[in-house]
Amino acid sequence: MLARTHVNYEVKGDVAVVRMNAPNSKVNTLSIQMQNEMTEVMNELWANNAVRSAVLISSKPGCFIAGADINMIQSCKDAEEVTKLSQEGQKMFEQIEKSPKPVVAAINGSCLGGGLEIGLPGAFDMMLTGRNIRADKAKKMGLVDQLVDPLGPGLKSPEERTIDYLEEVAIEYAKGIVDKKIKLHKEKGMMQKIQDYVMSFEFVRNQIYKTVHGKVMKQSKGLYPAPLKIIECVKTGVEQGPTAGYLAESQNFGQLAKTSESGALIGLYHGQVACKKNRFGTPEKEVKTLAILGAGLMGAGIAQVTVDKGVHTILKDTTVDGLARGEQQVYKGLNDKTKKRNITSFQRDSILSNLTGQLDYSGLEKADMVIEAVFEDIKIKHAVLKEVEAVVSPHCIFASNTSALPIKDIAAASKRPDKVIGMHYFSPVDKMQLLEIITTDQTSKDTTASAVAVGLKQGKVIIVVGDGPGFYTTRCLAPMLAEAVRVLQEGVDPKKLDALTTGFGFPVGAATLADEVGIDVAAHVAEDLGKAFGSRFGGGNVEVLKTMVDQGFKGRKSGKGCYVYQPGLKVKEVNPEIGDILEKYKMTPNPAVSSDSDVQYRLISRFVNEAVLCLQEGILNNPLEGDIGAVFGLGFPPCLGGPFRFVDTFGADKLVEKMRQFEAVYGNQFTPCQLLLDHAKDSSKKFHK
Amino acid sequence: MASMLLSTLRSCPVSPSWAMRIGARSLSTTAQLQAQVQTKSKKSLARPGMKNIVLVEGVRTPFLLSGTTYADLMPHDLARAALQGLLNKTGLPKDAVDYIIYGTVIQEVKTSNVAREAALGAGFSDKIPAHTVTMACISSNQAMTSGVGLIAAGQCDAIVAGGVEFMSDVPIRHSRKMRKTMLSLNKAKTLGAKLGLIGSIRMAHLAPELPAVAEFSTAETMGHSADRLAAAFGVTRLEQDEFALRSHTLAKKAQDAGLLQDVISFKVPGRDIVSKDNGIRPSSMEQMGKLKAAFIKPHGTVTAANSSFLTDGASAVLIMSEEKALAMGYKPKAYLRDFVYVSQDPKDQLLLGPTYGTPKVLERAGLTMNDIDVFEFHEAFAGQIMANLKAMDSDWFGQTYLGRKSKVGAPPMEKFNLWGGSLSLGHPFGATGCRLVTTVAHRLQKEGGQYGLVAACAAGGQGHAMVIEAYPQ
Repeated sequence: MLARTHVNYEVKGDVAVVRMNAPNSKVNTLSIQMQNEMTEVMNELWANNAVRSAVLISSKPGCFIAGADINMIQSCKDAEEVTKLSQEGQKMFEQIEKSPKPVVAAINGSCLGGGLEIGLPGAFDMMLTGRNIRADKAKKMGLVDQLVDPLGPGLKSPEERTIDYLEEVAIEYAKGIVDKKIKLHKEKGMMQKIQDYVMSFEFVRNQIYKTVHGKVMKQSKGLYPAPLKIIECVKTGVEQGPTAGYLAESQNFGQLAKTSESGALIGLYHGQVACKKNRFGTPEKEVKTLAILGAGLMGAGIAQVTVDKGVHTILKDTTVDGLARGEQQVYKGLNDKTKKRNITSFQRDSILSNLTGQLDYSGLEKADMVIEAVFEDIKIKHAVLKEVEAVVSPHCIFASNTSALPIKDIAAASKRPDKVIGMHYFSPVDKMQLLEIITTDQTSKDTTASAVAVGLKQGKVIIVVGDGPGFYTTRCLAPMLAEAVRVLQEGVDPKKLDALTTGFGFPVGAATLADEVGIDVAAHVAEDLGKAFGSRFGGGNVEVLKTMVDQGFKGRKSGKGCYVYQPGLKVKEVNPEIGDILEKYKMTPNPAVSSDSDVQYRLISRFVNEAVLCLQEGILNNPLEGDIGAVFGLGFPPCLGGPFRFVDTFGADKLVEKMRQFEAVYGNQFTPCQLLLDHAKDSSKKFHK
Repeated sequence: MASMLLSTLRSCPVSPSWAMRIGARSLSTTAQLQAQVQTKSKKSLARPGMKNIVLVEGVRTPFLLSGTTYADLMPHDLARAALQGLLNKTGLPKDAVDYIIYGTVIQEVKTSNVAREAALGAGFSDKIPAHTVTMACISSNQAMTSGVGLIAAGQCDAIVAGGVEFMSDVPIRHSRKMRKTMLSLNKAKTLGAKLGLIGSIRMAHLAPELPAVAEFSTAETMGHSADRLAAAFGVTRLEQDEFALRSHTLAKKAQDAGLLQDVISFKVPGRDIVSKDNGIRPSSMEQMGKLKAAFIKPHGTVTAANSSFLTDGASAVLIMSEEKALAMGYKPKAYLRDFVYVSQDPKDQLLLGPTYGTPKVLERAGLTMNDIDVFEFHEAFAGQIMANLKAMDSDWFGQTYLGRKSKVGAPPMEKFNLWGGSLSLGHPFGATGCRLVTTVAHRLQKEGGQYGLVAACAAGGQGHAMVIEAYPQ
């Protein structure tokens, strides 16, 4: 018999304990090897008369099965191969489900995707508090039958002992099931009976399929094929029986795995993993005290993601009101987690004890890093930088959370520019995953390593880019917003503009995005970058934005922007007063480039062209970071996988062709950059292999 | 060497009596005790320059299951009974102590400084100040050691310390919403405003708030934590039931043999005289095995039978400096020596206080486990005691969590809680500490040992340990 490497078992009394342990990996995935060995083991157990029941458990602390193996799916050549894999998997699940002997799945930690499928059919399931899924919720939903509490230290480490304990309890259950001491299925409740009866009518079922289909279409705009296929599979399974359902499932899965959407999402997954590593090494000094200057939305947001990581956080503002607002934001963020029962009120309080709010620079000599989030004005930034350098210790890093000011301009006022770096967070900081770190020629490698380490601790996905006006993200967004303003000037309603952008896959429409970012910020950026890059950043008239700001339409924060925001009201109406402004700056659309699809491509092509130019100019280190930055920071359609993957799949030549068409009407704003032209000329050139 | 001795003598404020005492002791010790003393790491824990502090007497009311004979009393009534018992037993003049300290956990809001109310009610002079301390199940330990501190610092010479807990009545509050409404009602000026407030009361306002034996920081009940602790150390249900049975059996034996001399008789107003603990019930393993898990259901191991039960009771001790005691003509029972308080993670190590406290106090005293003749550990749960014993016997735990080279070593069972424990005698949270100390003193006298050790765990992940030395008989 060949030695098994992934699945093994041991018979304890009449209970077989089946242990899954993928070698050299932190997690178990449903790899081919795992599936094969599992089937093998199951067959042996059924043939073994001494075994009356089985316990399925992982030897890895905190992970049962993390899901299917992405690499395995990726390495398949075509849809048929994936379909075959899927069928193998189904067979294994079916085997466990139909097991003549009770199988107890003892789940410790993450149990996702296929892992859940293994757990589910198990005759009696258990689950431990994992990090992502709350175990008590799983019990309420009926996914698991019994909960086992994690243990503290005993005669072994908590992790080891908890697994042992889970196994002991599971064995007792397995015995209990065999001896009929433990009942497996509860009597159906009244509601369940009524539900079953109602569901037996075909028209009711059809109505449900229709409703679900509609909901999915609304949420995904039909850009993601998977949810629709899932409905199809369920429908097939219910209407035509499980065999047809399983067949439909495996075939659809095979097709889905090889779609461009799947490729894009897998690419993002790998990119995200790569951007969660510190390629600059371990910094010399760990940041234990972090000072944040400015308790505004951004400053307080940065504090929010820092305090709960055990870092002493100083939040400084210049006014009592500003500070109080910022501290309340941090408190509210944590208190909301308490309300959702993600943390206890006691954890909330002890996390908050890491936060010091203050109005002066006292105690800043202890800070290892200072992040400023003050108003976007180079003079204020310089003043703050000088004040900080007067009090902090020599090793302290000065990071600027600016969205557009070049870091080298800020560093010009510094006595030690090697310690100056840009850390561009995205609003709202606690929700947006991206952190864009900007280095200048003078920034030392250790400073960068330290900034990345802090960002990783804060749970961010990080891209490190070169310095320049707008860096990478703001620079890509600016031309798209300029184009959006032109579209508005050409008489397209903000709602229509939003529909066109979300229809292309952006999670937030362009007009709403401008309101979220702030019209004043957008105007500021548009003007600055317009000066830096010239007519290429033109298109819409900056005066539109400026007039809006003058009239107080600064976006969501001021209650009015492109839309009117009323607290408590979910539906937002277009701000009627911007009609006059747009009327004043009205432009006549050219019908040759104004179809819905043209508008979409005008917006996207300017974004993409600027991204490619950033790579060409060396602002970006690699296309992967460009994709991650665009998707996680700016909401570039995830189904397209980012601007670079979009060029690869859409075809650089096709994109250039469209741009030339727009260029003929609007001029150099649509002139493709050299790198894009190179790719268009040679179709073998791809950003991603 | 001679000069060193001289300087020590000089620095000792009570040197003449101190020297005399040593002499007196070596004369009075029996040959057998002397032989035992010589095998100890230290002949005595007396330290030059430090006052000897003695336990003169210790008493307690019978410990009763809550809701039984004491049901209609108030906490200070029980404390009063213990104080009066102490006065009766010692013949102490009612103005002879300098200070009174009591420990309690769940406070009756009307008598939040229960020490003062009880002292006044027991007839102590109203010139004696009194205060109340709280530190969960080691509250009366804290009362005693606070007194020790006052004596050691020269502030006081004689202290009464004690503890009381009354679980037959606990403060059940209106909900926060209701309290808020009622407080606003006080401030409402017009009838309309008052009616408006009354009208705002909804069904949800009426749900009461009950005190729970749960950690505030983790919201986990103690029994749940004990069950997890037992599981972490691999303590089986059988081991727990066996230990609980042992506790009840030993308690019954001690009660029948009249060894529980600290228990005083108490005439409960409107009821009979109570003179015995009523929670001692030696059962059988079969019967105990039938019980279902009380906290972690259904696979937990902690049951009602292997946990301590809700108890009413009070205790009191008289602590003095040795000179004062001798000057007043008392024959002290024991010296109160080194003590420590420890604290650790309130979630996963809630009840491991004894494991952390024991090695620490032994090190302080310069003793080893072998030097201890009498162990009295607080038995919160059988699973908790077994977990502590296993932790102390584990090299891995000692190295990983106590920062030691090797294990602490578990106390030998033939010296351990021989007259029962909290599982069987009962556990009035605030009063147990004094019972432990008095029991050690009595056992040292009865068994002829020299050193005793008290250790206890408490909510909040805290713990306490104290070394007690026999007073030469």
